[in-house]
Amino acid sequence: MNRLVLIAFAAIAGPLAHAGEDPGKQLVQQGNAQGALACATCHGVDGAGNAAAGFPRLAGLDAGYIARQLQDFHAGTRVQPVMAPIAKALNPDEIQAVAAYYAAQPLAPAPALDRSSPLPQDPGAQLALRGDWSKGVPECTRCHGAGGAGVGSQFPRLAGQHASYIATQLKSWRDGSRHNDPGKLMETVAKNLDDAQIDAVSHYFAGLGQP
Amino acid sequence: MHHRYVLSALLGLSLGPAFAADAPGGAIADQSEPHKRVAPATERFEPPAEASISKDAFGQMVERGRQLFVNTQSLRGQYVGNGLNCANCHLDQGRQPHSAPLWGAWTAYPAFRKKTGEVSTFIERIQGCFMYSMNGKAPAADSEELKALSTYAYWLAKGAPTGIDLPGRLYPALPKPKGGFDIARGKAVYAEHCAVCHGASGEGQKQGEHYAFPPLWGRDSYNWGAGMHRVNTAAGFIQANMPLGQGGTLSEQQAWDVAAFVNSHERPQDPRFTVDIETTRQKFHANDGVNFYGQTLDGVLIGQGID
Ligand code: HEC
Ligand code: HEC
Ligand code: HEC
Ligand code: HEC
Repeated sequence: MNRLVLIAFAAIAGPLAHAGEDPGKQLVQQGNAQGALACATCHGVDGAGNAAAGFPRLAGLDAGYIARQLQDFHAGTRVQPVMAPIAKALNPDEIQAVAAYYAAQPLAPAPALDRSSPLPQDPGAQLALRGDWSKGVPECTRCHGAGGAGVGSQFPRLAGQHASYIATQLKSWRDGSRHNDPGKLMETVAKNLDDAQIDAVSHYFAGLGQP
Repeated sequence: MHHRYVLSALLGLSLGPAFAADAPGGAIADQSEPHKRVAPATERFEPPAEASISKDAFGQMVERGRQLFVNTQSLRGQYVGNGLNCANCHLDQGRQPHSAPLWGAWTAYPAFRKKTGEVSTFIERIQGCFMYSMNGKAPAADSEELKALSTYAYWLAKGAPTGIDLPGRLYPALPKPKGGFDIARGKAVYAEHCAVCHGASGEGQKQGEHYAFPPLWGRDSYNWGAGMHRVNTAAGFIQANMPLGQGGTLSEQQAWDVAAFVNSHERPQDPRFTVDIETTRQKFHANDGVNFYGQTLDGVLIGQGID
């Protein structure tokens, strides 16, 4: 794994940033002297992430959402062995700069799918567009917006996110290891999902909003 | 089949209390008002699954009604004057118990309503929600829109017994807390449990031109004539259904406090407005549950409306 990451790093970060460039982009490509690895190593310069490794796509996420997640890693309210030490090495200005950079990376728009769309067959799509009210779960698109496009800075975009990452997060909320959501909104949802539902809905959102 | 089992459970449990409520002294109660729960919520009526909507002409009308119910904004400017959809207050597409589900409503009309002073049909009841909850104009009784919406309700009520209160009908009636309620406390509940979705000033949140999270007061919300403007009605809805996905987690006290806070804000004028606020209050609000219309809060007269 390490070697693979290094090779990827060399390939992506090869053309090093020039002085005077956007500080967010510079951080993404080079990291900083406090020990933050170059974000591009894992998330890509374009923010595409890495499905196989479970590195989330950051392109097109809301800047406020990205910044708050980095602050949460920094403060220790969101915990993860790979990402937390990197966020702890960022100062507040760097967090804002890198959040703005990734939020501005282009991404295909999410399709306008919600409960007014015809009932889909696929169980993942049904959960996303209709919910599972027998367990009190509203449709994902009620909070994450039509097509999982995201709403404001509290409800992140899901469309086009890697299935592996979506599934990890849902399981982390379910087992209590991620708990930085406002009002336990996402935790309540995740605790009511079984493995098959998590698998289905993760693949559904991963397939939306691809170019 | 499952339906039959549920049905017998319903009949057994709910006949007594439902009839008892009508009996004493021959006084005609408002039959469309919330009643006490008639059976444990576990004995719930199961409306048919959405997947069972047929592909024939009838099924197409059911689906059209479902569409209008969840995307009432398609009638904005025509019959809808605010930013809401029917499903914002009748959750899970009008299926969710204790959220005034359509299957509970279909079998409960015609009924005498205090609000209109006469017997209202199901169609007239929906027209009321257009005028007040949607701050709009009611489609004609024989319009395609009302045909579709009532066909959807009829289909959802498949197998339900007519003329008795099904458990889960309307919103739960929450008794007023012994110590009353408090707007200032409600403001704190709002900031902690509601603002993340409905916005710091009740303005909701949009995705594009439509609301992802509906507004709770202001220009795009329900008007001063809507059932939700009653603190008692809103408290019942909120306790059972809000925060979204966490229904039943607020205490009854919190629900009353936050309902009072929400309904102490301005919203579009009552379309029945006559002469002035005081006259309108006496005519339409003095005997309509707990509400702030025409009252003075912190030196400000409530009920002025918003254009
Ligand atoms: C060595 C790989 C690696 C590097 C380098 C890295 N990250 Fe991460 N990042 C991860 C992993 C893994 C996760 C998922 C954490 C989890 O599962 O909770 C993550 C998660 C995140 C998230 C949360 C995304 C979401 O949708 O909630 C943000 C934001 C983020 N990283 C930003 C950055 C930034 C900014 C940098 C550069 C300063 C960076 N990362 C560098 C591996 C990395
Ligand atoms: C009641 C509102 C609500 C509903 C319904 C909801 N979510 Fe969420 N979700 C949230 C909130 C709030 C967050 C942000 C958590 C945070 O800030 O850390 C979130 C975050 C997430 C994340 C993390 C994204 C990231 O980039 O790290 C995933 C994955 C997710 N939700 C999936 C789902 C799925 C799948 C469903 C449907 C089964 C769903 N959500 C339904 C409120 C909701
Ligand atoms: C996770 C987001 C979320 C939270 C938190 C939340 N709501 Fe809601 N609320 C919604 C959504 C979404 C709807 C519409 C439901 C639908 O269309 O399925 C709604 C509907 C409503 C309605 C009826 C529709 C309207 O616009 O009048 C009221 C009243 C309401 N909420 C009050 C509250 C109160 C009070 C709180 C706090 C105790 C609260 N909500 C917390 C998301 C939320
Ligand atoms: C702002 C919230 C709101 C909206 C939006 C709304 N309603 Fe209602 N509706 C209510 C309230 C409040 C009641 C009465 C519930 C109670 O008293 O417990 C009600 C009652 C009803 C009833 C009668 C229920 C019964 O069992 O007697 C029907 C039918 C109904 N609404 C249909 C609709 C339709 C159709 C729409 C859209 C055109 C709609 N509503 C929009 C709040 C709303």
